[in-house]
Amino acid sequence: MATCIHCSLPLPAASEVIFNEDGRAFCCTGCRSVFAVIHGAGLEDFYALRGSEQGAVPKRSGRAFEEFDDEEFHRLYVRIGADGFLTVELYVEGVHCNACIWLVEKLPGLAPGVREARLDFGRSVCAVTWDPTRIGLSQIARHLDLLGYSPHPARGGKSRELRRGEERKEIMRLGVAAALAMNAMLIAFALYGGILSGMEDNMRDTFRTYSFGMAALAVFWPGRTFLRGAVASLRTRTAHMDLPIAMGLLAGLLGGAYNTFVGRGEVYFESVAFLIFLLLFGRFLQNRQQRAARDSLELLHSLTPSRARRLDAEGEFREVPASALLPGDRIELRALDSVPADGRIVEGESALDRKLLSGESRPVRAIVGDEVLAGTVNLQSRLVVEIETVGEATRLGQLLSLVESAAGRAAPLVRVADRMAGLFTLLLVFLSVGTLWYWWAIDPAAAVENSVALLIVACPCALGLATPLAIVVAVGRAARLGILVQGGEVLERLAKPGLVYLDKTGTLTRGEMSVVEWMGDDRDRGWIHGLEAISSHPLACAIEAWAGETRGAQLSSVKEYIGLGVEGELRTSMGFEVVRIGSLAFMDANQVEISPALSDRIAKLLARGLSPVVASKGSTAVSVFGLGDALQKDAKAMIDELRLGGWRVGILSGDHPEVVASVARELGLESELVFGGVSPEGKLQAVESAMKFGPVVMVGDGVNDAAALAAATTGVAVEGGAEASLAAADVYLSEGGLRQVARLLDGSRRTLLTIKRGILISLLYNGVAAWLAMTGRIDPILAAVLMPVSSLTVVSLAYRARTFRAL
Amino acid sequence: MNIVFIVLPFALLIAGGVLAAFLWAARSGQFDDMETPGRRMLLDDVPIKKEDKELE
Repeated sequence: MATCIHCSLPLPAASEVIFNEDGRAFCCTGCRSVFAVIHGAGLEDFYALRGSEQGAVPKRSGRAFEEFDDEEFHRLYVRIGADGFLTVELYVEGVHCNACIWLVEKLPGLAPGVREARLDFGRSVCAVTWDPTRIGLSQIARHLDLLGYSPHPARGGKSRELRRGEERKEIMRLGVAAALAMNAMLIAFALYGGILSGMEDNMRDTFRTYSFGMAALAVFWPGRTFLRGAVASLRTRTAHMDLPIAMGLLAGLLGGAYNTFVGRGEVYFESVAFLIFLLLFGRFLQNRQQRAARDSLELLHSLTPSRARRLDAEGEFREVPASALLPGDRIELRALDSVPADGRIVEGESALDRKLLSGESRPVRAIVGDEVLAGTVNLQSRLVVEIETVGEATRLGQLLSLVESAAGRAAPLVRVADRMAGLFTLLLVFLSVGTLWYWWAIDPAAAVENSVALLIVACPCALGLATPLAIVVAVGRAARLGILVQGGEVLERLAKPGLVYLDKTGTLTRGEMSVVEWMGDDRDRGWIHGLEAISSHPLACAIEAWAGETRGAQLSSVKEYIGLGVEGELRTSMGFEVVRIGSLAFMDANQVEISPALSDRIAKLLARGLSPVVASKGSTAVSVFGLGDALQKDAKAMIDELRLGGWRVGILSGDHPEVVASVARELGLESELVFGGVSPEGKLQAVESAMKFGPVVMVGDGVNDAAALAAATTGVAVEGGAEASLAAADVYLSEGGLRQVARLLDGSRRTLLTIKRGILISLLYNGVAAWLAMTGRIDPILAAVLMPVSSLTVVSLAYRARTFRAL
Repeated sequence: MNIVFIVLPFALLIAGGVLAAFLWAARSGQFDDMETPGRRMLLDDVPIKKEDKELE
C-alpha cells in the first residue's frame, strides 16, 4: 500500500493525495510542508534514520508564538546563563522515535543563534540554549513548529528540579549501599572459607573488623533512612515497615560487633549490608516510577494554553502570557479560546461553554455587558473583554483554593505492608525474648547468639520488597493502558469496593451535543444542512452533522443571529421561501406558528432535559430537534461491570437536574445517589458526607469537580479536563469513558491481591528461617542464601502477576 | 597469607575511589536522563548514502 513520504501512514483516496513539485505523494499539506522544511535544511537523513517507523502526523499550530518574547514569559521560564546565553525548557509535542531526537537537536543548524538543543526523550522536554542578541525565542519556537514539533513552555520546572535532586540523592545512596554490600559479601566469602576449613584467629578477626566497618557504614549512611523511619514510627506510635527492619539491622550490627570484640560466635555483617541494598533498591524503583508519573502529569499541564491576546498601547492585540494580565486590560477572545481571567464583555456576542467550570452541558449565550469567567470557553465568535479580576480572586482561583483546603483534610492511608509491620514487630520481640529465655537455661552464650540470629533472618526483606515491586509493575502496566497513577498507595485504596461518584459530562456522556430526537419531514434535511453549515454554534454543528449533506438545496441571503438561530431564503418551485432554524425564542420573535403536535413534542423534550430546536419554512414550524449530550456507547455495560465488582454508582453533576435525572433513568441508577445542579461546594460536601460510610471514588473532569476530587478517598480525572482537576486527582485517565474506570478498579483489585500474595510468601520464608534460628540450626551462610532466594521469589511473582489488562 | 593484610585495605581503597567517581557522576546529573543518550549515540553518524558506497 502506498504511504505518505513524511508520516508513513497510508495515503488517502487518489483524489485527495497531495503532491509536491517533485511528484512525491503526501497524505496532507501539513506533511508536505514539514517535508519541504526538512529537505530545504539538508536534513533528509531524518527519513533514512527513521527507517520504517511511522512519523508523527504534523500538528503544526502555525502560530506566531509572540508571547514567547514577552518579559513575563522570560521571568517565568527562561534561565540566564553565566555567559549571557539564555536557556529555556520546552515541552514539544510529537516526539516519538530516534530520528525525532536527531531532528530536534539539529535546531542550531536551522536557526542561527541557537547554541544547543538537547532533547530529553522520555519526558519530551527540549532544553534550548540561545544567544539573545542573534535570535528571539519566538523565532526558535516557530522553527520547532515548522518541523512539526509544536513547543510549549514546560510547566512545573521548580518541582521537577526538586524531584531531580531527590532522585540524584537516592541514586547516590543506592550506589553507596551497593558498594558496601558487594565488598562486605567478598570479605564474607573469605570468612565462609574459614568456617569450612579453618582460619587463624587474627586473620578471622581482621576480616570481621573490616566487615563490621562496611556494615556500620551501610547502616548509618544509606541505611539511616530506616533508622529515622523507625524512630518516627515509635514516636507517633504508628506501625511502619521500618521498625522491624531497623530492629534487624541494629541487632545484626551490635551482636556482630560484640562477637568480633570477644572473638567468638557468628557475625552477619554481609546480611545486614545486603539487606540495606535490596530494600533501598525496591524503594528506589517505586519512587522513580512515582516521580515519572508526576513529571508527565505536570508536563501535560503545559498543553493548556496560558496566553491571551491583549490590547497594547498601539491599539493592537498582541499575545502575552496570561499571568501578565491586569484588571482594566482589554483582551480579545477568538472562537474556541479559553477565558484567562474574569471580566465583562465590551464588544461582540457569542456563546460560552461553561462545562469545565460548572458542569453545564448546554452552551450559554453571552452579549455585551455579560460577565465571563476564567475557565470557560468562547465557542462562536470574537469577543473583546475587559478584565475585572485576575489570579486568585477569580471564581476559578477561589475554586482552586477550595481544592487546596480539601486536599489538606484528606486522610492518610495505612498501607497493607505497614499494617502487617505492627503485628510483625510484636511477634519478633515476643519470639526473641522467648528464644533468650529458653536457651538461657541451657547455654547463656548460645541464647544471645540465637536471638540475634533470629532478629536478622526474620528481618522482613522480602516483605519490604513485595509491596513496592508489585506496585511498580502495576503502575507501569497501567501507564501503557493510558492510566497515569500518582503513587502506588492509590491502587491499594481502590482495591476495596465502595461508592463511585461520576461526573456526568465527559464520563457518562460524550461531552458534546448531538441530535437525540427528531420529528419532521426527511426531505427537509438538505436545506437544514445547508443553513446550519454557516454557524459554529455547537447545537448548529450537531444538527449539521446529523443532516448529512446539503443535497441540492439552493439557499441565498443566509444570515446568523448569534445565540438565536439562522435564517435564509430557499429556492422552491414556487419562488423563494424564508427558512429558519433556531431556538423557541427565535421562532416567537419571527411569529412562526407551531402546531399542537409539535408543541406537545417540545414539552416532552423539555421534560427529558433536552434542548429543543425548531426549523420553520415560511411561517410554520416543520421540524423539531431534541438535542442533548448523548450517552457513551458502553456506559450501560460498564456500569453493570462496576456493580458486579461490588461498587455502588452515583452521579454528582453540575448540569440541570432534569438532564441528570434522565441520564440516571437510562442507566438504571439508584435515585438517592444521583444529584443534579450541584455547585462545586455541594460536590465537595456530598463526597465528604459519603466518606463517613466508606471509601469514595470521584471521577470527574471539570474545575467544578476539583475540590471533590481532592477530598475523595481517590480522585480520578478524565482526559480533556481542566488543569485544576488534573492537579487535584490521584489518577489521570488519558481516554474518556467508563471503560478506563472499570479497568482501573479491576487492575487495583488484582494489584492488592499480588501484594498480599507476596507478603504471604515472604512471611513463609521468614517463618522457616526464624524456626531454624530459634532451634540454633542457622549459620551465616544459610542466612545469606535464604535472604536473596526469598527476595527473588517475591520479585518474580510481582513481575509475573497479571494486574492491569484490557477489559 | 600475611599479604592479605596489605591487599585488603588496598582493595578497599580502590573501591572507595570508584565509589567517589560514581558519587561525582550522580551529583553532576549523569543519571538524570537514562533514555535519550542510549538512542542519541545510534544517530550521531550520518548514514552512508548509496553514492558514497559506489565511490568506494
